[in-house]
Amino acid sequence: MSNFSTATSIAHNVASGAQSAASVVEEHLQRIGQREEEVHAFNLVTSAEARERAADIDARIARGENIGPLAGVPIALKDNMCTRGVPTTCSSKILEGWKPPYNATVVDKLFAAGAVFVGKTNLDEFAMGSSTENSAFGPTRNPLDTSRVPGGSSGGSAAAVAAGFAAVSLGSDTGGSIRQPAALCGVVGVKPTYGLVSRYGLVAFASSLDQIGPFSHSVADAALLTEVIAGHDPMDSTSIPKPAPSLVSVLGRGVEGMRIGRVADLPEGADADVLARLDAAFVALEKAGATIVDVKLPSLSYALTAYYLIAPAEASSNLARYDGVRYGNRVAANDMNNMYADTRAAGFGDEVKRRIMLGTYALSAGYYDAYYGKALKVRRLISNDFAAAYANADVILTPTSPTVAFPFGAKTDDPLTMYLCDIFTIPTNLAGHPAMSVPFGTGQANMPVGVQILAPTLGEEAMFKVAAVLESAA
Amino acid sequence: MIDNGLPEGWELVVGLEVHVELATKTKLFSGSPNRFGDEPNTNIDPVTLGLPGALPVLNQHAVELAMRIGLALNCTVKPSTFHRKNYFYPDLSKAYQITQYDEPLNVDGFLMLPGGVRIGVERAHMEEDTGKSTHFGGAGGRIHGSDYSLIDFNRAGVPLVEIVSHPDVRTAEQARQYVNELRAILVAVGASDAKMEEGSMRCDANVSVRKYGAELGTRCEIKNVNSVRSLGKAIEYEARRQIDVLETGGTIRQETRHWDETDGRTHTLRAKVDANDYRYFLEPDLVMLAPDAEWVERVRAALPVLPAARRTNLAVLTGAEEDSEAIAVVVERGQDTYIEEVKNAGGDAGRALVWVQQSFAEEGNAPRLPAKDLAALTVLERDGKLTATQAKTVLGDMLEAGGGDPAAIAASKGFEALDTSVIEGFVDEGIAAQPDAWAKYCAGEEKAMGALVGTIMKLSKGKADGKVVTAILQQRRNG
Repeated sequence: MSNFSTATSIAHNVASGAQSAASVVEEHLQRIGQREEEVHAFNLVTSAEARERAADIDARIARGENIGPLAGVPIALKDNMCTRGVPTTCSSKILEGWKPPYNATVVDKLFAAGAVFVGKTNLDEFAMGSSTENSAFGPTRNPLDTSRVPGGSSGGSAAAVAAGFAAVSLGSDTGGSIRQPAALCGVVGVKPTYGLVSRYGLVAFASSLDQIGPFSHSVADAALLTEVIAGHDPMDSTSIPKPAPSLVSVLGRGVEGMRIGRVADLPEGADADVLARLDAAFVALEKAGATIVDVKLPSLSYALTAYYLIAPAEASSNLARYDGVRYGNRVAANDMNNMYADTRAAGFGDEVKRRIMLGTYALSAGYYDAYYGKALKVRRLISNDFAAAYANADVILTPTSPTVAFPFGAKTDDPLTMYLCDIFTIPTNLAGHPAMSVPFGTGQANMPVGVQILAPTLGEEAMFKVAAVLESAA
Repeated sequence: MIDNGLPEGWELVVGLEVHVELATKTKLFSGSPNRFGDEPNTNIDPVTLGLPGALPVLNQHAVELAMRIGLALNCTVKPSTFHRKNYFYPDLSKAYQITQYDEPLNVDGFLMLPGGVRIGVERAHMEEDTGKSTHFGGAGGRIHGSDYSLIDFNRAGVPLVEIVSHPDVRTAEQARQYVNELRAILVAVGASDAKMEEGSMRCDANVSVRKYGAELGTRCEIKNVNSVRSLGKAIEYEARRQIDVLETGGTIRQETRHWDETDGRTHTLRAKVDANDYRYFLEPDLVMLAPDAEWVERVRAALPVLPAARRTNLAVLTGAEEDSEAIAVVVERGQDTYIEEVKNAGGDAGRALVWVQQSFAEEGNAPRLPAKDLAALTVLERDGKLTATQAKTVLGDMLEAGGGDPAAIAASKGFEALDTSVIEGFVDEGIAAQPDAWAKYCAGEEKAMGALVGTIMKLSKGKADGKVVTAILQQRRNG
C-alpha cells in the first residue's frame, strides 16, 4: 500500500475536525500541480469547484452538520460519467466540449456522501482499449514508471489514485477496464455485480456489460465507496431492486473455512512473474485458513471471442447517436448522409471505428446467427460453467492481467494482442458477476501485480473478505 | 363471391398495420409530457433526446393501455421483450427505435367487423414514436434537396401500439370498417383518442391481388393514408394498378408506396431491395416485460363494454336495426347510455334514438339535457300530442336552455294536438285537391302517397301528425 492517505482516514479526520477539507484538497491539488503534466491522468481538473466544495464542507462541519461517509474525500471521475455543466468527453473528439445537463446517479450519490470532485480522468476513447493509448487527447502515463502504460480503459482513474491526485476514483468496467489498470498501477479496483451500481449517466459502451466501480489505495476504501454508490436506482431498469450491501463491516472476518477456487484449465498467456504471485496468493489464503479447490471453466477460452462480438455489437448501436445532429461536433456537408459520414469519420478514432464496423457486421442480416447469435450462446455456456464452479468454491482466484504494465507502443500495432490483455477479466463481465483486483507484490521491472478475485452474483461479501486477507498478506 | 369492385376473377388481399398513440400522461421511457400541439422541443429530457448516458424506464401505464388494447382485440397477453431497431435519421434521437420484435406483448387476437366478418389480429406490440421533421425549401417537403430541416422532439418517445392484422381484409369497405371499428374500440377502452387527422392513429395497408384460389400475390405497402376515406381510395387504386400490371404481363415488385391525396395515386417510395437492415437485437437497457396473471386479469375485468356489444344492446333497446347508421353514430359518440337513461325515465327509446342521432352531435357522451326531459318529449310524441315537426322545434328550445318541460314549451308555442276528426277533414280536402295522386295510390302506387301527405300537412299548417295522416289514407284505400 502506498503512503497516500486513504479515503477512510480522510473522511474520519475531516468529520472529526482533525483536518479541514480545504487542506486535504490543497494537498491533492498540489500533487496534481507537481505531476499531472507528466502523468496526464485528467482531461479536466476542477480545482476551483473542488476548493469551493471543500470550503462549503468545512463551513457545514463548523455548524455541526453531518457530512456523510466520504466527507472531504477528493475523488476523480472517469470522463464517461455525466456531470452537470462540466464537460464529459469520453476522450473523444466527437463529444469535445459537450456539457451534460444532468448528473449520473453515482455523481449525485457521491456528492450526497460528502465527496469532493477534483476532475474528470482520461480513458481510451469511449472506454475501448487496455492502455489508455486510444484517448483522442493523448495517453495517460503509469505514475510508477512513466515509460509504461497505466492500463485501460480507466487508465486515468487508476493513475489518479496511484499518483495521489485523488484519494479514490471511479472507473467503468466492460471487459476489465477497472481491474486491469488497477493491477498495472498497483491499486485496488472493483467491478461490482452487474446491476449493483446504477449506470444512469454512464455513457454507454456495451450496455449489458458496463458497470461502474471504484479505485482505491485500500480494500476498506473500495468497500466504503462501493457501499456509497451501490443500491437500486429507478432510473436504471437493469438496476437490482435491493439495498446496497454492507461491506466494510465484513472486512475483518477472515477466510477461515472458505473455499478458494483455482482454475485448473486456466487459459494460457500469463507471464511467469504474474503466475508466481497468484501461487503466492493461494499460499497466503491457505495459511489464513481457507481451502484451495480446483475448478474447471472449459468455456473460458471462448470468452474473448464472444466478448469481441457482443461488446462491439452493442457499441455499434450505442454510438450511432453521435451523428452531429443534436450535440457534439458536426462536420458540415452537402447532404445528410455525408454529414453523418464526415462527422463520424472526423470524430471517432481508429479503435472506435474498428469496433463499430465489427459490431455492425456481427448484427447484420445473414451474419447475425453466425456471429452475434453464437456469441450469446457462448455467454450462456460461460454462465453455466461459473455456476458449476461456484457449487464447489466461494470465490475463484486468477491473475488480473497476463502481464505487468507494458511500455508505450508495445501492443498498438496489432489490436489482437491488446485484446488479450483482458483475457482473465472478460468472463466476469459476460456472466455479470463481481470481481476485483488487489495488488499482491511485484513482478518484472518491479512493477505491481494484481490478483483477481471472482465471485458469483452479489457475492461481494466473500470477495471483500478474501481481498482484505490478501491485502494484509501482500 | 364477395363484391370487391375489381374485374371478374380477381381477389383483393389486404393486411392493415395501425399505429396508435397511447393516451398516457408521460412518454414511454421518460417523464416528459405526452402532449400534442405544444411549442416544439418543450416536452423533452435526456432520454427523449438520446443524450449520452440516459436510460429508458418503461411507463407502466402505457403497458396497461397496451394490454387493454390487446385484451379488447381478444389477444393473448404474453411475456415480451424490447429490441433495438437501428437506423440513422435525424429525428430518431438514439439512432435506434425501441420496439417489440419477435416477442410482442399481445398476440393471436381478432376483430369482428359490424357485418360479422372476422379479421385476425396477428399482434399488438409496444414501441416508441420518433420526432417530427419538417423540411424547408427545395424539394417539396422531403429532406433530400431541402435547404434546411427542423426537428421537433416532442413526439419522440410517445408510446405507440402497432396493431398488425392478418391479411384477412377482402374489400376496401372492409378495410374502412376495420379501421372504424378499431378506432371505436381504442376510444372505448380509453387507450387513445385515435385521431387520424392529428396523427394519433396512422394506418398502413399491405395490398396484393390474386386470382381466386391462387397463391398470395406480391404485396405493396401503402403509406401516408391520412383518413379512413383515403384508405379505401388508396386500396382501390392500388389494387387496380396491380391488376393492370399483371394483366399486361408484368410482375409486382415488393415495395413501399406513398399515397398522394392530390392525384389519387400511389407512388414508389422505396423498393424492398433498398430497405434498411435494421440489425435488431435485444435492448440491453430494459428487462423482460412479463405482466403477471393477476395484473392481466385485473385489466381484463376493468374493460368497459365494447362497441359491438353496445350496438347490440342499443338495437334491442330501441328496436332499430343493429347495423343502422343511427346505432353506429350514437354508440360512437358514447350516447347509448343516455338513451338507456331516457328509457328508464319512461321515455320512448326509439324516438330518443332518432333525436339523439339528429340533434346531439355536439353533446358528447354526457348530454346536458336531462334524460327525463327528453323522455317527456318522446312521450308527448308517442301519444300523438306533438307531431315530429313540432317536437323538433320544442327540442331545439330545450337544448338551447339545457332542459325544460316540453309540454309547457309546446303550449307556449300554441302547439296543440289535432283531433283525429279534424285530421279526417284535412284528408278529405287533400284527396279532393289531388285526385290523380289518389287514383294512383289506390292502384297500388305507394309513391303517390307522398304527394297526398304533403298536401294534407300543408292544409293543416303542419299541425297534423304525419303518422296519423298515413294511417287514415291506408284505412280509406283498404276500406
